[in-house]
Amino acid sequence: MSGVTERTSEPPRLRVRLRVRELYGYREILWNLVRKELKVKYTASVLGAVWSLLNPLVFLAVFTFVSKMLGGAVLDYPVFLLAGLLAWNLYSVAVSQGAQSVIANANLVKKVYFPREILPLATVGVSLVDFVLQSVVLFVYVILTYGFVLDQIWLYPFAFVALLLFTTGMTMLISAMNVRYRDVQHLIGLALLVWFWLTPIVYPAGTAYTNLLQYSHGDALWKLYLLNPLAWIVFGFQGALYHSSDAATKLAPFTTGQLAFALSIASAIALLGVYLAWRLYFSMSGDFAEEL
Amino acid sequence: MATAIEVQDVSKRFRIYREKPTSLKQRLLSGRTRAEDFWALRDISFEVPQGGSLALIGHNGSGKSTMLKVIAGILRPTKGLIRERGRIAGLLELGAGFHPELTGRENVYLNSSFLGLSRAETDGVYDDIVQFAELEDFMDTAVKFYSSGMLVRLGFACAVHVDPEIILIDEVLAVGDEAFQARCLDRVRSFQREGRSIVIVSHALDVVRQLCDHAVMLDHGRVHTSGSPDDVVREMRLTILHHDLEFAREEGSKEVEIVHVDLLQNGGALQGPVRSGESLTIQIELRAPEPIEDPVVSFALHDATNSYVFGNDTARLGLDLGTIHGGRRVGFALGPIPVTGGKYWITLGVHSRDNARVYHVQDERYSFEVQQAEGRRDQLSIPVTVRMEDL
Repeated sequence: MSGVTERTSEPPRLRVRLRVRELYGYREILWNLVRKELKVKYTASVLGAVWSLLNPLVFLAVFTFVSKMLGGAVLDYPVFLLAGLLAWNLYSVAVSQGAQSVIANANLVKKVYFPREILPLATVGVSLVDFVLQSVVLFVYVILTYGFVLDQIWLYPFAFVALLLFTTGMTMLISAMNVRYRDVQHLIGLALLVWFWLTPIVYPAGTAYTNLLQYSHGDALWKLYLLNPLAWIVFGFQGALYHSSDAATKLAPFTTGQLAFALSIASAIALLGVYLAWRLYFSMSGDFAEEL
Repeated sequence: MATAIEVQDVSKRFRIYREKPTSLKQRLLSGRTRAEDFWALRDISFEVPQGGSLALIGHNGSGKSTMLKVIAGILRPTKGLIRERGRIAGLLELGAGFHPELTGRENVYLNSSFLGLSRAETDGVYDDIVQFAELEDFMDTAVKFYSSGMLVRLGFACAVHVDPEIILIDEVLAVGDEAFQARCLDRVRSFQREGRSIVIVSHALDVVRQLCDHAVMLDHGRVHTSGSPDDVVREMRLTILHHDLEFAREEGSKEVEIVHVDLLQNGGALQGPVRSGESLTIQIELRAPEPIEDPVVSFALHDATNSYVFGNDTARLGLDLGTIHGGRRVGFALGPIPVTGGKYWITLGVHSRDNARVYHVQDERYSFEVQQAEGRRDQLSIPVTVRMEDL
């Protein structure tokens, strides 16, 4: 005989271990939703998953052109750009799709019981699949450029864990908020646009640092700039992958050791963020069927 | 025996917004929004023992589907407590987990996962599902090309191959052709034999009587009657006399049978429409093969929109029928008809004084028309006299 479930009027309190076990029991739905999203995304398109590779390639072409025009270009721009851009794509696609995740599945939410966390988690899962596909391309390119000299690659998992935690927390937060306030989906579009340019993806952080210091309060501005967790995550990916001779001046002015430490702190904070977002999501999810 | 589901004093309130504020600006500007409370469920309590089958019946809007959603965990109760032992699968809507772009095969896996099956478990029953749905040739077609009948069959096929301890079924037994329905019922019976607990929401009262061992009738969110399916279904049918009439047209034990009905006017059969202000007699011939004590004959009138207009019965009118054995004739003489136009349907019933036994009910079998005097636009005809005097 399996366990006893109690349903009361109380907004449910998140008990992590219990909930994780329940989510594990429903993992099949998560896999199936991710599969469904991927399948639906590329169904009836001739190129299929090639489209998800085409997006960063076009980005690459555009920004190589722009950076050549503006001068001061990074030596191996494709590696530099893709290292940050793929991380950004994972984050921004998950969050903007996550805003829709509950609403788009209104029919399911109203008719079927399952742990509602699965919806934003599936969004993160879909982004993650794209990230992995695109990263394969990037790694091939990195190896073609530098050979197998990847002595800072150990930084990669630090950046990846921080990215995944931060993305998961934000996606849960945004998807829960958007059920009640549909403003969120519009807001997040604008916010992501600003955020993108506040993150050193298309321009090198090292250059930004030296430029900022020429202003009167440059030091304070730089500290403000560093409050962006995604900046640190992107530093991490770039530090792990970019090895060209201008790395010292173009990358962020931190050692790999410092970056690893900072990313560990960021991961810890992001983990707390996931917990808080999850708790909010969990207590709000009981009313989703009515709010839709 | 242990209980599978305990429902204790459950109430559910919905807030009905005139215009639901879903944006921040609306919320900030409008201050307190005008919301009205609507109690879909009020202090509902019942239990389902392990292996028991409970039916929730009631008129549209009585709260039965809401109750099922609360048990399923889709809605949260506003008050009260529900305790459930075992895994639950809710068949609240067939194929709710289907996605039109995916093939039948992919949808079987997707839908089954919502019903709690793992991939391996679905592998095990996949062939049975396809066979049950009779869709062998269409499993690699996207379901957006399916007919609605095919979708429903596939949905039910997935649903009946789940393996939970508690099954919630909402109206899904009324789908497909008769042969398919019969197989669905067989399947539900085998669930029962396997000792699973079932809660069914249904309008099909005969199915409820066949399948369930307990029934709860809800009315406006409250428990109206609870007990054996026979009694509750009878109660439900009796209230049909005063409610909408979408169910059986005739029913009852026929221990007293309505054998003949005449509509009379001026001592003869009614010819054509009744004029407003004229009278009308409903004359009913009853026959009881065995002696029946103290029956009550009732009638009800519904207008063309199926709204209850008027009704009465021999008990209220103070006529004691005594014991009927053999034939008996009962006539209701309706005085001046006050309405001025339209068609009216007559429902007749014979039942015991306490409504516990229904002998015979004929739903809206007879009708008459009332004709408006030419050139008048009145809704009602009210007797009026006029006088004058000098001051």
